[in-house]
Amino acid sequence: MAQSEATAQHSVVHHPALAHHFENLEQQREASTLGMWIFLITEIMFFGGLFLAYSIYRSWYPQVFAEASHHLDIVLGGINTVVLITSSLTMALAVYYSQVGNQRKLILFLVLTLLLGLTFLGIKVVEYSHKFHDGLIPGVHFRYDGPNPQQAQIFFWLYFAMTGLHALHMIIGAGILSFLIYFAWRGRYSPEYHSPVEVSGLYWHFVDIVWIFLFPLLYLVGFHVKG
Amino acid sequence: MSEHIVPKKTYYAVFGALMVLTALTVFVARFDLPGILNITVALTVAVIKATLVVLYFMHVRYSSRLTQVIVAAGIFWLVIMLVLTASDYVTRNLLAPVARISM
Amino acid sequence: MSTAVIHTPAEGAAEPRTTYLNAGHTLKSWLLTLDHKRIGILYLLGVSFFFLIGGIYATLIRLELLTPQGDLVTAQTYNKLFTQHGIMMTFFFLIPSIPAVFGNFLLPIMIGAKDVAFPRLNLLSWYIYMTGALFASYAMFAGGVDTGWTFYPPYSTNYANTYVIATGLGIFIVGFSSILTGLNFIVTIHTMRAPGMTWYRLPLFVWAQYATSLIQVLGTPVLAITLLLVALERTVGVGIFDPRLGGDPVLFQHLFWFYSHPAVYIMVLPAMGVVSEIIATFSRKPIFGYKFVAFSSLAIAVFGFLVWGHHMFTSSQSVYAGMIFSLISYAVAIPSAIKVFNWTATMYRGSISYDSPMLYAMGFIGLFLIGGLTGLFLAALGLDVHVHDTYFVVAHFHYVMVGGSLLAYLGAMHYWWPKMTGRLYPEGWARFAALVVFVGFNLTFFPQFILGYLGMPRRYYTYVPEFQLLHVLSSVGASILAVGLILPAIYLLWSLKRGPIAPADPWMATGLEWRTSSPPPPENFERTPVVTWNAYEFRSKEETEVIGPMGKPDVSERK
Repeated sequence: MAQSEATAQHSVVHHPALAHHFENLEQQREASTLGMWIFLITEIMFFGGLFLAYSIYRSWYPQVFAEASHHLDIVLGGINTVVLITSSLTMALAVYYSQVGNQRKLILFLVLTLLLGLTFLGIKVVEYSHKFHDGLIPGVHFRYDGPNPQQAQIFFWLYFAMTGLHALHMIIGAGILSFLIYFAWRGRYSPEYHSPVEVSGLYWHFVDIVWIFLFPLLYLVGFHVKG
Repeated sequence: MSEHIVPKKTYYAVFGALMVLTALTVFVARFDLPGILNITVALTVAVIKATLVVLYFMHVRYSSRLTQVIVAAGIFWLVIMLVLTASDYVTRNLLAPVARISM
Repeated sequence: MSTAVIHTPAEGAAEPRTTYLNAGHTLKSWLLTLDHKRIGILYLLGVSFFFLIGGIYATLIRLELLTPQGDLVTAQTYNKLFTQHGIMMTFFFLIPSIPAVFGNFLLPIMIGAKDVAFPRLNLLSWYIYMTGALFASYAMFAGGVDTGWTFYPPYSTNYANTYVIATGLGIFIVGFSSILTGLNFIVTIHTMRAPGMTWYRLPLFVWAQYATSLIQVLGTPVLAITLLLVALERTVGVGIFDPRLGGDPVLFQHLFWFYSHPAVYIMVLPAMGVVSEIIATFSRKPIFGYKFVAFSSLAIAVFGFLVWGHHMFTSSQSVYAGMIFSLISYAVAIPSAIKVFNWTATMYRGSISYDSPMLYAMGFIGLFLIGGLTGLFLAALGLDVHVHDTYFVVAHFHYVMVGGSLLAYLGAMHYWWPKMTGRLYPEGWARFAALVVFVGFNLTFFPQFILGYLGMPRRYYTYVPEFQLLHVLSSVGASILAVGLILPAIYLLWSLKRGPIAPADPWMATGLEWRTSSPPPPENFERTPVVTWNAYEFRSKEETEVIGPMGKPDVSERK
């Protein structure tokens, strides 16, 4: 641990971003990274409940799930996967440029990440409106032609719960990116102090990972079944 | 203990691998493989992709031991939840097999 | 409090000293404070209010059960009474009680930090708590909820006509305050320890808080998603837990107990930390087997996540899964027993003084022992079928939560009250109140073990006349318990104005919180302390009287 090596009479130059209760920026950075990781653990468990429900019902109704997943647009889902992975790359590069102190490229890649995130959300809106049009929104108006509509409804229910929560995280992520862009433009980040960029990057990558699992579980699960 | 800066080259390589794996998983999903092979392949690829993101994009490979333990703990607890719940569902009908209305 | 007399008066007696209490007097200085100590006090106000509400519900329940027939309230009202009692007590009192009040106040001081790692998040967590409380209170005043605090579907999703969503939303929101507190503590303990404060020099209260925080962080999100599912199922009606539509109500129980069983340890682990502190101080001995006690906290936190299925033995859960859960449940007894054994061994040949905090701590050990051992009865698959959902279960968890957590909470209140307020309370009254609580508690809940074993089901508002004697005993005990709880409220409030000024270390205890003045300054310490000693290095009473009030020699003395 850093602070146990540090002595009480520290001689660190006081950085404007250093909060009063920390000894130095290193300790502050360590705390914020750790905090974000623990937050991500809670996110794992949060989504975990839904993944658990998915596993149980898929093991109960494998056929129904496969058939229901045919109603999802695999092309749009695939494009979104590519978009999101690319946004992870641009986010990683943004963190890189904040580390080396290239402010122009930092802003550029943050903006790119934001645009890709918005693209993802846009495509999601298109997908949702298709589902709405097809009457596949669970609830009283749910319409489904295939066999076992009730069990198919569970699939769509899970689809909307999981992708909806994921999209909510994307929206929050887009908000965070906007703040980062603003403060990067104001020149707040430097190689000494850029932990906001770093921890936001962790969050963004986590949201990407959730999608990495959602894509095969929801879109590819029935791809091989002739529909 | 200043932070480790991952070279850009690594990021591009990981990105390439993620793209290839995405293509692979879509490709394999087209075939009707026997038994649970379809889902196994899909999940294996997803786990590999997630691992790449965690290790390189999220710098866990270069992080402190503490961060690595936290990541492991998160996955471990998720597995606890899934496995112990599954222990109910897998064995529930062993004692008195009941025909379930489904499929 | 006789020991306090020998000390020199508090440092600030002559000239007014800036403390966290007088650093600002406006309402704004409290509501927008980032000081962990003030946030602890804010939480104290919040949880006290909900303890009062929960207590009122308990009173009404015990009144109704005085007679076999239901003549005070209707069945529907009674359902609401026990539901509201459970919800208020678990989610709004017990879970935040020790961590959010004493953890917030003490943890940074104990590790020699100026504040928690994320002070803003800390304040936010209080506001989130209050927001959740607002929703739950709205539901309560609008008509209440009658599903039982466990929200089992299909009743909660399809049938209940009460304020399930508002209450569920309240608990959902409060969960995030719990997560933020846990997150803050973990990061604080990892990164903010004072120089020289190594892991094995941490007070055991900090270890217990760490283990608690792990559970809060890992478990609470699952409760959140579960309640979200219930709310959506109620509004949209898609059948995720509805067997008629292909869902599985038992899945809800899995998800719910995945959090709510570990939540029991959120309530009792910090209590164990408190007891470790008190036992060491009033036995004037280092805790026997420090590392065992420290790691048993972590072990309880981990094992606690593996046993939730023992709440579901009589649901349609697989018998094989039941066997696994039953076996692992027995394993939880090991770390718990280690703690009880080590506390007892600490007291053995110690120089024990029976001050009021010690009375509560000793009460804790005895009552937790009963609560824990009856837990083993319930973990046994066969026996549980007999006593499931009876008063045996009710008595068991009240022995753990009231006999355990509440007694430790009261012990903590008495132990750290001089530190928090800078005032001493009348010790004679405090000892008397501790005794009243102990007697009242046992009289309330011991008859319930017998009732349950005889077959009295929980959540019933009428019963067969044969059970009346035991029920009356229980209600009488509850009245005595109520007196024992009102007494401290009176004399503690009295002490705020009239109590003698407290010295920095009234108990001659060790620990960094006793090395700063009472009440502490806003920054906790004038200089960041450098720790060169282990936790609980006591001197004898005689030595302390000669050398000084502090449990530990100064750093300069050592060098």
